[in-house]
Amino acid sequence: MTDIIDTTAEPTFRERHASTIRTWRLYARTFRNNGAAMLGLIIIAGFMFLVIFGPSIVPYPEDALGATHIENKLQPPSAEHWFGTDEVGNDVYTRVVVGARVSLQIGLIITGISMLIGVPLGIIAGYVGGWVEETIMRVTDVFLSIPGLILAIAIVGVLGPGIGNAMLAISLVWWPGYVRLVQAKTLSLKSAIYVDAARSMGASKMRIVFVHILPNCLSPIIVKVSMDMGMAILYAASLGFLGLGAQPPFPEWGAMISVGRNYLPDWWWYSFFPGLAIFLTVLGFNLLGDGLRDILDPKGRE
Amino acid sequence: MLETHDLTVGFPVRADGKKAILTAVNKVNIRIEKGDALGLVGESGSGKSTVGRTILHLNRATGGSVTLDGQDITRLNAADEKVLRRRAQMVFQDPHSALNPRMTIMRSVAEPLILHTKLRGAELREKVGSLLEIVGLQKQFLYRYPHELSGGQKQRVCIARAIALNPELLVLDEPTSALDVSVQAQILEFLKSIQKELDLTYLFISHNLAVIRYVCNRVAVMYLGQIVEQGETEEVFSNPKHPYTKALLEAVPLPEPGQPRRGKPIVGDIPSPLNLPKGCFFNTRCEKAIAGVCDQKPVPNFTTEDGRRVRCVLYDPEMQPQAATAL
Amino acid sequence: MTEAPVLEIRDYRLNFNTFDGVYHALDGVNLAVGKGQSLGIVGETGCGKSVTVRNVLGLLPSPPAEVISGEILYNGKDMLKVTPEEMQKIRGIEIAMIFQDPMTYLNPVFTIGTQMIDVILTHQKALDRHARKNRKEAKAHAIEMLRKVHLPNPESQIDRYPHELSGGMRQRVLIAMALSGSPKLLIADEPTTALDVTIQAQILDLIAELVEDMGLSVVIITHDLGVVAKVCDNVAVMYAGQVVEYGTIEEVFGQPKHPYTEGLLKSIPHPGKPPEELYGIPGFLPNLLTPPKGCRFQARCPKAMDICGTPPKNRNNAAHDRTVLCHLYEEGFADA
Repeated sequence: MTDIIDTTAEPTFRERHASTIRTWRLYARTFRNNGAAMLGLIIIAGFMFLVIFGPSIVPYPEDALGATHIENKLQPPSAEHWFGTDEVGNDVYTRVVVGARVSLQIGLIITGISMLIGVPLGIIAGYVGGWVEETIMRVTDVFLSIPGLILAIAIVGVLGPGIGNAMLAISLVWWPGYVRLVQAKTLSLKSAIYVDAARSMGASKMRIVFVHILPNCLSPIIVKVSMDMGMAILYAASLGFLGLGAQPPFPEWGAMISVGRNYLPDWWWYSFFPGLAIFLTVLGFNLLGDGLRDILDPKGRE
Repeated sequence: MLETHDLTVGFPVRADGKKAILTAVNKVNIRIEKGDALGLVGESGSGKSTVGRTILHLNRATGGSVTLDGQDITRLNAADEKVLRRRAQMVFQDPHSALNPRMTIMRSVAEPLILHTKLRGAELREKVGSLLEIVGLQKQFLYRYPHELSGGQKQRVCIARAIALNPELLVLDEPTSALDVSVQAQILEFLKSIQKELDLTYLFISHNLAVIRYVCNRVAVMYLGQIVEQGETEEVFSNPKHPYTKALLEAVPLPEPGQPRRGKPIVGDIPSPLNLPKGCFFNTRCEKAIAGVCDQKPVPNFTTEDGRRVRCVLYDPEMQPQAATAL
Repeated sequence: MTEAPVLEIRDYRLNFNTFDGVYHALDGVNLAVGKGQSLGIVGETGCGKSVTVRNVLGLLPSPPAEVISGEILYNGKDMLKVTPEEMQKIRGIEIAMIFQDPMTYLNPVFTIGTQMIDVILTHQKALDRHARKNRKEAKAHAIEMLRKVHLPNPESQIDRYPHELSGGMRQRVLIAMALSGSPKLLIADEPTTALDVTIQAQILDLIAELVEDMGLSVVIITHDLGVVAKVCDNVAVMYAGQVVEYGTIEEVFGQPKHPYTEGLLKSIPHPGKPPEELYGIPGFLPNLLTPPKGCRFQARCPKAMDICGTPPKNRNNAAHDRTVLCHLYEEGFADA
């Protein structure tokens, strides 16, 4: 802090954002000190690398969507085929790597749709209150009371199998969690004094929601999204495994295991590597989410 | 300028599984002239904050009315409401929670200006800068976040925000009780000086009698939703008439040597507003309570010869003989 | 002081290791409380008054806290060095603590009776087997303690839940709980801050009564100079991690010497006097990550001199009954 401040000069970028920079440094340090979170970050960084560059680094790009090289079928892992090949001779390594992009899409679409449904409903329930809240929350409870995967299976059963329908079905069972989270947070923020202050200044309801309540709900939403990404991928894989989601030869990990399990245990690599990919991705997102919760939770700070 | 007529505020609550109405403010009549500073003093549960919040429409009045320059502001349409917001502003008790943690100081202070004026961009920044100057903060605070400021600095920011639209009336709800005494002194001094400079009228809500005495020229003492004594500050403090006012004044420990270690503190707890005593609300704790009188029927306000209003039967002209012995 | 003090803090230095660096929370604090005496520690937010006493019962987690030097002697035993087992035998039985917000320290799902009996039974573990109280005796003791703190109808109140009691009653329960092990020393951290003035007056009266009747030594930590003036014999004024002035109530409040104490007293509006100009101490508490070289108050002091750039001597210690940490008084003190 200097004593003489030139009050006429426009503040530099650094001055204007000094506090933001400090906050991010604090986040970074908290995160760095959390071994599990760092492991999660590394896994997710690797995952993102595959998402971005996967299709261009794989050895047999034509195998991704299913080619046929019967002469190479069910080869064990080797220098040419790191993860072996499947029953029609496709390179498992290629398909697992390309599957990362599919999985990310699945995760993003499911959490995205869930947020689009859940966050507005949660804010409306928490802010408006009364019978509106009762209605929204009871409907939410009904959805939460049915095991998600079973409900998703039922919905896919009606819509017909396929990756699109699977994502839609999972989104439909996923949003209640966001309603719960956002409603609780809105309820506590609604009585915050700064919201009162905004009301006393004449801010409209929309303004209060978008300027004062929503930004303060962001941290828990971000944490939930990162934790949910892994779970959503796992759900989609489960549906794929049950034959209700992505259909082979689409390079989706669950669908790959679904076919590969017929070849266990002798041709183990066929289902092992897609399974390992699911395991690592889910683990990565969970660890990352845990780490994010640690730094974004104000109680854990300082 | 501002007047309340039998202002009543009730909240629906659930007590022991039954629905009940908690009457936080019970037929309160206050009157603030332009340029006045009226102190509203009372303990927790006295309804003093609710009065301030109701004037600014943060709570709904369930009975009575509030008038500003003769105009009823209890029920307003949207346009009039907007005018009221410009004329009356509020400063809250806890400056930390009164500022949005995700907004820079610049954004917080700019909020009322964005809502009510067309100032934007550089002009807005300039206006906010000059407001911070008025409250004695340097421009470097513009881009800070609330958690980086001390309590006193945050309260200055809140005051800057409240005066941004040049209001006439400021409702100050315990503006210094979350602050340290040396900072409190700065803020009180400052509030007194801007009152003159900006020609403000204050409704100053506090539990701290000394602070009220320092800032306000008139005072109203509240107990369980009612005003029990109202008058010029100096007169009320130097010669309190209602037994509750007396007890309140005696209860304050003074920062000076030679006080008796043991006193005779006022007995009992503040009754629950859901289970109000019969008769005078203070009779359960009052030293001078007259059995058969004070615990029977509600007590109206009496105006004493010197123009003070006191809600106590001791000042009932008809009770004079008994009152004389009790006093 | 003729008798050995019950509690003595000597040259206590404590740092917090934080993200932004080392926070020098306490810098050479010296304090003493005699038997049956009450000491008030006053100061503003961030002066270190609560931190000073937390480690008397080992309540500061380390890290981030780090004791740099000093001793906290309770009847001659250094509380910074006792084992956790020993500490368990001291907590509540020798030294008890009460806090600002009684609700936070009472478990909402148990009746106050259950909680008090639990505390009393825990205390029994420190006793010989034959001297221990059983549950029934513990309940009788709890009722007796509640009566001592003037809780009306203790026999029936004991079965109530904390939320059914008013703030004042909860604080009485907490005091009863704290005193149930008959401690010799009671440390009260802002015991009346959450209470209304009329209830505060009742609690202060109660504390004064207990000091008289039980021969208790008390340390009261508060920001309210009025509270200290009312119930304490001695007072320590703290500023930025140091005790800047120490003496009896008469000395410190009657004739404040340190410019900070003077300023503090001038900044309090008096309810009993017509308003005069208030003195708000200008400036802010120094940042204790980089404490100033000399006197910590120099930047805000109206009497600051060149010499204030060097640290003032005459830190108070138990031997001196009155001390002022200020260059203005160094000569005078050398003579005394």
